[in-house]
Amino acid sequence: MERYIQVRLFASLKDFSPTDPDNFPISHGETIKSVLKRLDIPQNEVKLIFIDGVKKDVTYRLQGGERVGIFPPVGGG
Amino acid sequence: MKMKLTEEIAKLSKESNHQDGDSYRSISVESTLKISQIHRCHGRDVEITALEAGIVPERYARNMKTYSHTQQAVLLKSTVSIVGLGGLGGVVVEILARMGTGSLNLIDGDIFEESNLNRQFLSSEKALQQTKAESAEKRINAINSSLIIHTHPEYVNEENAVDYLGKSDVIVDCLGGIQDRFVLEKASKKVGCPLISGAVAGLSGHVTTIFPNDLGLESIYGKPSDLPASGAEASLGCLPQIVTLVAAIQCSEVAKIILNKEVLFRNKIFTIDLLENVFEILDLAG
Repeated sequence: MERYIQVRLFASLKDFSPTDPDNFPISHGETIKSVLKRLDIPQNEVKLIFIDGVKKDVTYRLQGGERVGIFPPVGGG
Repeated sequence: MKMKLTEEIAKLSKESNHQDGDSYRSISVESTLKISQIHRCHGRDVEITALEAGIVPERYARNMKTYSHTQQAVLLKSTVSIVGLGGLGGVVVEILARMGTGSLNLIDGDIFEESNLNRQFLSSEKALQQTKAESAEKRINAINSSLIIHTHPEYVNEENAVDYLGKSDVIVDCLGGIQDRFVLEKASKKVGCPLISGAVAGLSGHVTTIFPNDLGLESIYGKPSDLPASGAEASLGCLPQIVTLVAAIQCSEVAKIILNKEVLFRNKIFTIDLLENVFEILDLAG
């Protein structure tokens, strides 16, 4: 069974968005760290990771169906 | 013999009507100024006394269907510090002055330059090279001369922060860059005051409200020792529409804290992305 997540990248990370961000294929138990690597997002540019609206870290293991939001540091005023 | 303040206010008040026809007693800006001169008191005190006597300063008439007389007086009695008077700070100043937040404490050591003109409401072609603190003071005086203003044309740092922020009811973090926000947060915790932090980059932005025992900036930016000096704004710039929106949300939080409302962005972050119209409230507690 194929599993998908929705990936939403914010601010300067938008350039790394996959072609179909609403249906990004993952393997069962794949970590956020692995997803970042597959999207070529440098881990040091990632500050905030949300899974279904709740803050998690790069070790979180995905089951499929999650909404994943990833933010760089944002500090403009 | 000089009349009592309340009698003077009552004498110069007049009958007015709200847009829905409800009537109320009202006192004009001109009368408020006149009374403050006769009684040698601040316009803010005239307005507080008026509200406590059930008389509405006409400048707040459109607030009064949402805020009670007591709540408007509480706003007028409050002190808010605005740290950073650039994009976010300029809009926050504008909104809080019109809302009738009684005492505004303005902190920024910067001057205006041309690249500020796209988003910083206090900047103008004529104000280039003026200090942001001075421009903010002028703008507030032009909007609402009843307010008390303290300006500190300096950057906030470990030495001056507690001194400048000590008397605040709420502190608004409108700083640019990331490192200084941690200095400000530390000071806000030290003086036991809630901090409302807003930040923008490109067409994205976020707001969070931090009480002294809340998770705070580390839950957003990580450890201060691992921080870059600036964030995504260095590569994306800052657009006026997101700056204004984030600042408006910050002001909404200010008013709710002062008026003791419970629904706040504490241990949560309100994120906005205007490119794809994504608005989310996210849980920082994990």
